[in-house]
Amino acid sequence: MKIAVCIKQVPTREWQPRLNDARTWIRDQDVSFEMNEPDAYALEEALRLKEKHSGEVVVCSAGPARVAQVIREALARGADRAIHVEDEGLSSADAFVTSEALANAMKDEQFDLVLTGLQSDDQGFAQVGVILAEKLGLPHATIIMEVQAEGGALRVKRELEGGWFQWVVMPLPAVLTIQSGINQLRYATLKGIMAAKKKEIRKAAAPPGAASKQKIVSLYAPEKGKKTQIIGGSPAEAAKELVRRLREEARVIA
Amino acid sequence: MILVIAEQRGGKLNRATWETIAAAQQLAGITGAPIAILVPGAHAAGAASDLAAAEVKEVVTVESPAFEPYTPDGFAAALRDAIAQLAPAHVLLPHTYQTRDFAPKLAARMDRALLTDVIGVKSAGGGTAFVRPMFQGKLTADVVPLGPAPHFVTFQIGAYRADRAAKGASPAAVRALSVAVDTSAIREKPEPPFQQAKQAVDLSQAERIVSVGRGIKEQSNIDVAKKLAEALGAELAASRPICDAGWLPMERQVGSSGQTVAPKLYLALGISGAIQHLVGMKGSNTVVAINKDPDAPIFEVADYGIVGDLFEIVPAIIEAVKQ
Repeated sequence: MKIAVCIKQVPTREWQPRLNDARTWIRDQDVSFEMNEPDAYALEEALRLKEKHSGEVVVCSAGPARVAQVIREALARGADRAIHVEDEGLSSADAFVTSEALANAMKDEQFDLVLTGLQSDDQGFAQVGVILAEKLGLPHATIIMEVQAEGGALRVKRELEGGWFQWVVMPLPAVLTIQSGINQLRYATLKGIMAAKKKEIRKAAAPPGAASKQKIVSLYAPEKGKKTQIIGGSPAEAAKELVRRLREEARVIA
Repeated sequence: MILVIAEQRGGKLNRATWETIAAAQQLAGITGAPIAILVPGAHAAGAASDLAAAEVKEVVTVESPAFEPYTPDGFAAALRDAIAQLAPAHVLLPHTYQTRDFAPKLAARMDRALLTDVIGVKSAGGGTAFVRPMFQGKLTADVVPLGPAPHFVTFQIGAYRADRAAKGASPAAVRALSVAVDTSAIREKPEPPFQQAKQAVDLSQAERIVSVGRGIKEQSNIDVAKKLAEALGAELAASRPICDAGWLPMERQVGSSGQTVAPKLYLALGISGAIQHLVGMKGSNTVVAINKDPDAPIFEVADYGIVGDLFEIVPAIIEAVKQ
């Protein structure tokens, strides 16, 4: 089974946002990056499918040169090779531009299955996997919590809202967007890290003329919905004051 | 025209449809365009008569075998045909899991802009900008769609209040629209939806909830939160990553993929406040957030906040409650 996994490099969870001078994007140079968490689950699922059915796992990423960091990490965890659509303009690309870049680089590979995370922790479009399926002419399913691939057919467990699920059957090849928590992630071993250095990363150019379909005109700190009373002091003082207010002001505890 | 795509199953409307109508009415206030509501699926007529109470120009029902059961192929094909006939400037949808499954396909097939998870609408420089959270809620962006109409926009659950949707003086006109779809081209074969496990814990009825997030760091630390919950007479809950890790059962998860709660007191320990979590708890009466990061989005919905180490603060709260 030939499996592609699309991964994105995103700012770490600890990152404190700083804006560029135009206040239309973040100051990239201040950011430390990591693999988008749902994509890490997609990678793990691909590695497990390969272990079960044999085949190949190819990691694909569309982004600037810095993206090589998460590609190497994916190779160290066990992916066989990589495709890197490298273009500085892809760092803030919308879902259409990213999907176009990935589809263009992936279309001649004839993958049996394409996996990616359900959304990214940066722009959070939740669109790339589905648009990629449309551009590759493949069926898809989103927010997947279990994958069964037997005898050329695919049966996947789709998460619905409020604790409901549904199995969906579709033919291969297909595209799936993977939900966080579908499996337990593995970490790269030292052996894996050494092996990754020898693995192939094919560089591809971004297709010319892929036009953005949305533009950020202003980026800013969120407006607070509520006026939060921050309680200061030592832990003991703050705790005492909080309990007093919950009893006397909010009247929500006895 | 602003076209709202309703979500219904068996004639029963998803509440988020009314929220999207409220958003459409705000957008109409800016663009001056009339609003139509499209109700797809079998039993659309029942949902349509409810929706006709809204202050809109018309309600359009579309019944097609392509809608039953739900598949992304069927929805994208049938809605594309309906949208071609109605020629709207904007197509608005609630940002449900179903919308997330088909809307990007529909927009891609029509080669049109799609703005997702929008929480507000504003006029900007002679046009309309849509407000959406980015970077896990750490930043907010004003975004404009580019390229020809229609522009697709999905609205975050809970961003607009369903009861704010204006009702008309008399019911809106209801008409049926036909679409032509080749259902043999539908590739996905869905099985009936099911619930994984019986929901033994009904958090929606809890008066007080102590909820833990990534900041709890280790499974053994859950005990600290459990002791606090006992001291406060509260149920224990968690954000998704805690349940993913198996530290607490899935049935205790609060958020878009778990339960929606509205207790008198919601005490969030080490929860950063990703949107998927906030939609499940922002209806709570009093929210307390304890987090080491003063910029964590959870503080945006908190009434009371303590910035610091929860492992020092929580034992102190337990102590203070006992006094």
